[in-house]
Parts: sequence; structure tokens; C-alpha cells
Amino acid sequence: MSQPHSLPLIIGIGNEYRGDDAVGLIVARRLKGRLADSVKVLEQTGDGAALMEAWLGAETVIVIDAVASGAAPGAIHRFDAITRPIPKNAFRCSTHAFGVAEAIELSRALGEIPRSLVVYGIEGKNFAAGVGLSPEVEKAACEAVRQVFAEAQAGLTNL
Amino acid sequence: MKSGTIKVDYLARVEGEGALYIKIKGGAVEEVRLKIFEPPRFFEAFLRGRHYSEAPDITSRICGICPIAYQMSAVHAMEDAFGVKVDGQLRALRRLIYCGEWIESHSLHIFLLHAPDFLGYEDAFAMAKDHRAVVERGLRLKKAGNEIVALLGGREIHPINIRVGGFYKLPAPRELLQLAEALKRARDEAEETVRWTATLDFPDFELEQDYEFVALRHEDEYPFNEGRIVSNRGLDISASEFDEHVIEEQVSYSNALHSTLKGRGEYLAGPLARYNLNFDKLSPLAREAAREAGLSSECRNPFRSIIVRSVEVLYACDEALRIIDEYEAPDRAAVEIVPRPGVGYGATEAPRGLLYHRYKIDEQGLIADAKIVPPTSQNQKRIETDLHQFVPHYLDLPKEQLTWRCEQAVRNYDPCISCATHFLRLEIERE
Repeated sequence: MSQPHSLPLIIGIGNEYRGDDAVGLIVARRLKGRLADSVKVLEQTGDGAALMEAWLGAETVIVIDAVASGAAPGAIHRFDAITRPIPKNAFRCSTHAFGVAEAIELSRALGEIPRSLVVYGIEGKNFAAGVGLSPEVEKAACEAVRQVFAEAQAGLTNL
Repeated sequence: MKSGTIKVDYLARVEGEGALYIKIKGGAVEEVRLKIFEPPRFFEAFLRGRHYSEAPDITSRICGICPIAYQMSAVHAMEDAFGVKVDGQLRALRRLIYCGEWIESHSLHIFLLHAPDFLGYEDAFAMAKDHRAVVERGLRLKKAGNEIVALLGGREIHPINIRVGGFYKLPAPRELLQLAEALKRARDEAEETVRWTATLDFPDFELEQDYEFVALRHEDEYPFNEGRIVSNRGLDISASEFDEHVIEEQVSYSNALHSTLKGRGEYLAGPLARYNLNFDKLSPLAREAAREAGLSSECRNPFRSIIVRSVEVLYACDEALRIIDEYEAPDRAAVEIVPRPGVGYGATEAPRGLLYHRYKIDEQGLIADAKIVPPTSQNQKRIETDLHQFVPHYLDLPKEQLTWRCEQAVRNYDPCISCATHFLRLEIERE
């Protein structure tokens, strides 16, 4: 289960059945096809404890998730979670579990946070029940794949 | 119909975002309102017309932290309707998966939601910096519980392996043995946790009046899925009699209905109720740990629920290990089901307390109507009464501290994360 510390770990977070909330999963899936097999790509629901478990021991982590921060749909935010906490309210996925922002802070408090942890938040428009991304978010997904790919590749070439 | 009233009951029963309103006059508490304002979710409505076999999967979506409870109450209610009994190893495996859920749900609450109150921290992150070992232990315990659920349920959240009659797939003996190794360590850590909760500071809060505790009671075991519904004041009914004894009423300020016992009033469901009604059925290890933690066979201080929850985590680890030790694979993963029209009742013990399901099934095996009563909505009135009695002791505190004490008191009931985190807004109106 643990991968070599030097390769980036990519985690796409989302809910397949809540419209734009699936974007993190979709970006992860598309990345999986493009990156070398040795780069681990995971899909998760956003449960904080599972995230902490997944990135334990990893040095470089990239997380992709949908956000609702009030920005224009399809906007791509990039947060460096090492320098400062990510905005909690944007990443609130559910009131029934502790999520991405909490997992990062708890990891930080326990001294378990990866050396590098970048979070890509893609602004969603429609979070109602159903399958399928809004056009703006689909466009953003393509762009996010490019950006994350480039970042992952840069990390790989720095090894 | 001959005569009467048509009522459209469109209030859903949820825990969720909460607000607290307290009115104080002349130094006395005049009014306490726990407002649940999460929007209605209409589960009972959209279950209508669905096939009976979908009930476990649909109702599990009601809660991300206790999906097993919903699945267990659903399958037992359906089996009750069809006259089916699931026994032997399948019954044991159901207890095992429930152990997993108690462990993970209770651990999340004890360590991440409630402990910060006792240690004087704003939240678990602040607490984790100074009490790292404690938080790590909590996360390991939660993980052990999740592993049980993942193994037997196919997935940690909203498990996919539960069905009316049993399971879709049985666990491999080898996997159960691996799980047992992790559970032995978890059991040790659970024991440590009981000892640790005993060292916390507890407000001396015992009510002048007794609680009426309501929980399942079974003649052979600490209850999960089966038993009669009993209380410490003489209630002793089957699940099928629940509706005759429990009245639900709508209050203007809450989207979750309040429950009371007919002719008696409010009551308490949950770990404290289970403990008080079933102490003798805990394993020797759990009973001993409880005693060493300063508990007798009876506990009426709701602040000590955190100790009781940790005793239940220990019991669940113990019980899980016993089940795995005695496991012999049954010849099939599920009992055959032949649906028939009728009504079925199920009551099981969710981590937070009694969870009641009732379904009416038609000739095609479809759900004609459904009723679901979660433990948190049953406890609402009781929470308000507790606060009524509790707040006068702390009125001299500055507002911020008083608010915190009230939140801590609400968290005694573990009313689900969304309510137990800082969604609570306290308004105090002083005259």
C-alpha cells in the first residue's frame, strides 16, 4: 500500500452522483491514463480519516476536489496547503464527516503532513443529484488535468 | 375512508445543523429550544414504490457515520414482514459488522468531537498538538472499526454487501484472521481509552429525577440487532408495538420530530440507556474496565457518557474477537427470501441509540410506506430538559464559556457530527 516516497501521490475527491462534485474523481481518472503506472492515483469520497491514511508517508501529494467558494464556475484554484490552511468553507463536502480541510489540519497537528501538499479546487456550479458535469466544469476538468499533469511531471523530473 | 383527517406528513427526521435558544428571566431558565433546521430529506417519501430489497441501500444514505445501523434496522424489518429468521453465523456476522460501526463511530466522537471539551480545547486540531498520542490512538481505533465494516460490508462508507437475508459475499477466513490481529491491538487501546476517559474532569450533574432509559434488552447478549424494547420504568414491548407507545410530535422550531412515551414523557436512548439496562450483559473485561473507571452498574451523569462510550468500544472489540474466533463459514451468504404483503418492524441499536424502521410491503414486494425514527430525534426533548437543569448552575459564566458548556452538554448525546461541531449558535435572551 505504501509507495516510494519520491513519486507524487494524486488523490481525486468527489461524489459521482452529485453533478459537479464528481470533477475531482474525473480528473483523477483521466490522469491515471496519462501518467506512468508508478504514479499512484486514488479516488476517494473525501472522508478525512481515509485521506490521512492515504497520504501517510507520502512526500508529494496533489489533491483535486470540487469547491463552492463563490467564484465563477470552472475557476481553478491552487492551494499550497503547507504554507497555510486551505479555506474550510470552500471545501465543505458534507456535514456528516470530517473532510479535506480538517484532514490537512489534523495531519499538520500530528506532524504527519506530507512535505508537499497541493490542493486544486475546481469551482462547481451544480451540486444537485445527478450524473454529469456542467460545461464550464468539464472545460475546467480538461485544464486541471493539464495543470496537474505538468506539476506531477515537474516533480518527477526533479527526482 | 369513512371519516377523519388526511395528514400529509412532510417533515423528515434528521439530525443536522442545530441552534440553541435559551430564555432566562430573573436568574431562572424559562425556555430552552434545540432547533434542528437541516432541510427535510424526504427519505420516507421516496422509499415508497421502491422494491423491498432497496431499503438497506437507500436508507444507509441517511447517515455517513452510521450506515450499518440503517441497513440493519431495514433488513430486520423486512425479514420481520416476510417471516424470515437469519440465524447462526450470518447473525453473528451482522453483530460483527455492527461492532465495527460502534467502534468507529464512538471513537470519532470520543476523540475528535467530545474530548476537546473536557481538555479545554477549541477543537481536535488544537488538542492534537498537545495530546498527539491520544489523538493518534483515537484514529487507530476508528480505523480498526472501519476495517471491520470494509471487510464485511465491502466498503467503509455506505457498505454494499448487506442485503435482506444476509450478505452478497462472505468474508474469507484468512481475512478475518488478519482482522483479528488488528482487533487485538485495538482492544488494548480501547482498554487504555477507558482508563484515560476516567481521568477527565466531569461536572457533577445528576438529575433530581431519574431518566427513563430506553434500549433493547436480550436475554443472552449486549444488544445490537435483537431484543425487546425496555426501559428502567417498566416498558417492555416488541418492535411491533413501538408506534403504540411512542408519540411523535412536531414542534415549530425543529425539523426533527420530538418523541415521547405515551402517558409518560421524554426518554433517553443511546449508550447510557444501553449500559444501564444491559450492564450484566457486557463482557467481563468491559465490566471490569467500567468499574475501574469509577462507574457502577448504573450511570446517570450524562457527562460520563464519554466513559460509557469507551466501555462500549472495548466491548465491541471483545465481542468482535469472540465472533471471529468462533466463526465457521455458513454454506450460503444469505437466506432465501420470499416476499409477501404485510408490515414489518425492526429496531436495532445504532451507536447513538434505538433506531426504528417500519415498512408496509405490497403484493409486488414494493414499499407502500415507511417510517424511520432515528435515536437523535428521540433524544431531542431529553437534551432540552438536561439543558434546562444544567444551565442554572453556570449562569454566572461569561457568555462564551456558558455557550461552550452548553455545547458540551449537547455533545453528551453525540447527536451527529453536523450538530456536534460548531454549528451550534447560542442565543441568550436575558430579561
